[in-house]
Amino acid sequence: MLENILITIATAATPLLIAAIGELVVERSGVLNLGVEGMMIIGAVIAFAVALTTGSPWLGVLCGIGAGILFSLPFAFLTLSIATNQVATGLSLTLLGIGLSGMIGESFVGRPGVKLPLIEVPLLSDLPFVGRLLFAQDPIFYLSIGLVAAVLWFLFRTRAGLTLRAIGDSHGSAHALGVPVIRTRYLAVMFGGACAGLAGAHLTLVYTSQWIENMSAGRGWIALALVVFASWRPLRVLAGAYLFGTVSIGQLHAQAFGLGIPAQLLSSLPYLATVVVLVVISGNRRLTMVNTPASLGRAFVPDR
Amino acid sequence: MRVELIKRPQQSVLFSVISPFLALGLTVVFGALLFIALGKPPLTALRLYFVEPLTELWSVHELAVKAGPLILIAVGLSVCYRSNNWNIGAEGQFIFGAIAGSSVPILLPGFQNFATMPLMLLLGMAGGAAYAAIPAFLKARFNANEILTSLMLVYVAELFLDWLVRGIWRDPAGMAFPGSVRFPTAATLPELAPTQGNAHFGFLLALIAAVAVWFFLARTLKGFEVRVIGLSPRAGRFAGFSTPRMVFFSFMLAGALAGLAGISEVSGAIGQLREVISPGYGFTAIIVAFLGRLNPLAIIGAGLLLALTYLGGEAAQISLGISDKVVRVFQGTLLFFVLACDSLIYYRIRVSFGNAAQAA
Repeated sequence: MLENILITIATAATPLLIAAIGELVVERSGVLNLGVEGMMIIGAVIAFAVALTTGSPWLGVLCGIGAGILFSLPFAFLTLSIATNQVATGLSLTLLGIGLSGMIGESFVGRPGVKLPLIEVPLLSDLPFVGRLLFAQDPIFYLSIGLVAAVLWFLFRTRAGLTLRAIGDSHGSAHALGVPVIRTRYLAVMFGGACAGLAGAHLTLVYTSQWIENMSAGRGWIALALVVFASWRPLRVLAGAYLFGTVSIGQLHAQAFGLGIPAQLLSSLPYLATVVVLVVISGNRRLTMVNTPASLGRAFVPDR
Repeated sequence: MRVELIKRPQQSVLFSVISPFLALGLTVVFGALLFIALGKPPLTALRLYFVEPLTELWSVHELAVKAGPLILIAVGLSVCYRSNNWNIGAEGQFIFGAIAGSSVPILLPGFQNFATMPLMLLLGMAGGAAYAAIPAFLKARFNANEILTSLMLVYVAELFLDWLVRGIWRDPAGMAFPGSVRFPTAATLPELAPTQGNAHFGFLLALIAAVAVWFFLARTLKGFEVRVIGLSPRAGRFAGFSTPRMVFFSFMLAGALAGLAGISEVSGAIGQLREVISPGYGFTAIIVAFLGRLNPLAIIGAGLLLALTYLGGEAAQISLGISDKVVRVFQGTLLFFVLACDSLIYYRIRVSFGNAAQAA
């Protein structure tokens, strides 16, 4: 019983984790992309459509990632090449993504989808208690853990990661040193798009195997909040995603038990938790000031 | 290919006037391509979207019904965005305004006289303002990101409304359907010309609000404060303007107008509280605000245009079987083009091919 709950928590946490770790890299490079929700839902619908029509969930995942990258490009062009306001542009990406996904997915509503197979590691998955939780999961779960490790290594152990953080902290100085600010940011935004697309693919190929309009239900926004919660640190994103996974699974179980609490109140818990967490973290100015990329959200126009 | 931005010495007056129209033109071209891709005749579809709704009187009335809430909300948002307060939770403030105003006919069914409607409108504004005060307080006091908090509160508001109309506020005589009692005449916002169509006084309220906020921004000291804090918070501080107070002011003004839109919609167009009362007005209004370049008078035109796309979407669905989801795509694309074209106001854009420009 408890083991099953833990597995569902991991399933709920994985899309949040992936989307948030992608956005973390984007924000570390100094770009605030509020389009996570839009890229995620586009990834979700494309992954579902491709998996259903071709019968291959693997191809679905790949196309979901590709769709996320493609969909991040208009945002990158507007904010990076022609210096539009990042907040407004990200918002429009989300609005467009929700609309576009609704249009694409209309003929897929109510159709049974394809699920990604679980990958069981021989022997290890028979371990008591943690065996099935850690070693008999969907492939995207393993990928999400790998992503955290890779981002951690990239940001803090490689020269390219150092450059990316430098650009996020002071794009003017980085540019003066001859670092390609715009190109790096393009790559970061595309990585964020890939992650959001993958997170979306998880929603339609693992979490549920169907397409429902607007099914991301604010997860992209929660991922954005997770990055703030984590104060731009990859390991804290991991912790935060599992905390939120616990809240959303906990409320589902509470609904199933019928404790006499209105279902709507329970459903609003993840959103309320996001607000509370933001308040607690942001109130601690020292913590946020130290880690916030100093150029976050500011447009960069080289003055040559 | 390289894109280079060359900052203009001054903002281009020419482009600040034509950029919304340029964006609209690009959106129409994009729309035509989209219809071709969907296998529909593009010109017929565009005519259904942008012309057909204007050819009949009743449908012009519908335009006013849809434009009213969009203008009301967008006018409030323009004050927020001009002062750098990113309130994107207008949908939630709309819902709370509707709930607060509806409490009069639902909780006090016997209270029916000339004061009913004004009280409902006032409560609607108070409800929206109070709900908007939450993210404002969290930003001013705890430095919490208002974009995320205001958006999270939209989901909470939707769930709260759902709980009300399925639970304690459900009409006992309404069979099992979710929804409150139908409002009596005294609690219904009157129609402007009942013999011709459905347009109600909400549209008039929207026009009044737009002109009032325009006057406020352009001609009063407080309006000047909004603009200064938006352009340069540092300069604002030197002038003795309080940034935290501006957070509350702009959020609560926008919340009040969104709440007014909510109660107008419920009492003027719907006639009862339901589990869903808005086709995303609070989000579409963000597009309206930017299309109107955050100018309340221009927002009137932008609101009418976006309302047109809602009606056109219905017409195209009936006549050509084009999904009503296409409307959202249209609206999202429009905002993209608006933002792109706005760049032309501040920069000249030079596109060069090859490596020649790399030397610069």
